[in-house]
Amino acid sequence: MSDTNKKWYMVTLIGKDRKSIVSHVTSALYQGGGNLGETSMMRLGGNFSIMMMVEFSGRAKELKDVLSSVTDSMDLHLHIDKIDAKLHEHIIPDVRISVYGADRTGIVSKVTAVLAEAGLNILDLESDVAGDKEKPIYVMHIEGKASKGFKALESALQIVKDEDDIDAELVEIDTMIG
Amino acid sequence: MTVLDIITYPDARLKQIAEEVTSFDSELSDFIKNLDETMQAGPGGVGIAATQVGVMQRIVIVDVSNYPRLKNAKHHGHLVLINPEIQDWQGMKKGREGCMSVPDFTGNVIRAENILLKALDENGLEREYEMEGFEARAVQHELDHLDGLLFLDRLVSRRNDLFKRK
Repeated sequence: MSDTNKKWYMVTLIGKDRKSIVSHVTSALYQGGGNLGETSMMRLGGNFSIMMMVEFSGRAKELKDVLSSVTDSMDLHLHIDKIDAKLHEHIIPDVRISVYGADRTGIVSKVTAVLAEAGLNILDLESDVAGDKEKPIYVMHIEGKASKGFKALESALQIVKDEDDIDAELVEIDTMIG
Repeated sequence: MTVLDIITYPDARLKQIAEEVTSFDSELSDFIKNLDETMQAGPGGVGIAATQVGVMQRIVIVDVSNYPRLKNAKHHGHLVLINPEIQDWQGMKKGREGCMSVPDFTGNVIRAENILLKALDENGLEREYEMEGFEARAVQHELDHLDGLLFLDRLVSRRNDLFKRK
């Protein structure tokens, strides 16, 4: 449960993927008095990456001490930022954009630049490289909020599709709240 | 009319199975008015089940005409569904859902695209509806409430979707 006297930190941990990283990290936090908020944890290119909101009453240095035995034993890089954060403030996305194409430098930059210009606020982005070494494929999913309407985003996406020979589709997300 | 309190997970009543309605009296019609008021006051305003206000009876209200982005989709407007039953269904579609009883969370759920629904109206008359898309989704979400199921029980991953089939 949340304690209003505690502070939020963003804790980032990265290391070569191995068994039980999540359980060791979260056990150390739990035993050291940390409370988890929203988190994102994922294997990326053979590494395991963790980003988590941690509520903790002490200073960043003390939080680092809580995690030091596990970061040492599992060879994890640790980064801690004190953050201004609140729970229960999710924004409901209203648009999903999927992009795929032959992988080459600059796809994300190009796509996100035109979409930002067209009013997209990105809430969630996942991307992956599939295919093989000779023919890598880039796949990206974005969920966000369209601040200037869907037509603006559609037109922006059409420009990238025409100019860069990628496949992209925009789907409006209808959220049924019952 | 009164806006009733919405009960939220982990309230155990949300996991209970609701009872059939047997008497169609003024008590029922008063309750339906309040339930409707409560639905309209909620963040979605498109559907509510009696169990969400702690009344363990098989009563649901759905009205997707309030949903701004429904465009030209076919729907039945304001519906009071008592002792509802899905007679037949076709097709499956993934869509995003949230719930007044599970605030601040949305997720993907697979539902039938088309349903054939039988229900009694507020006067106890038997009616049949053919529904599709968003309205069919809302009805299935609310009917789940009557059987003690939340959309959390049916979540599928948000990841790895590719394009929708056309």
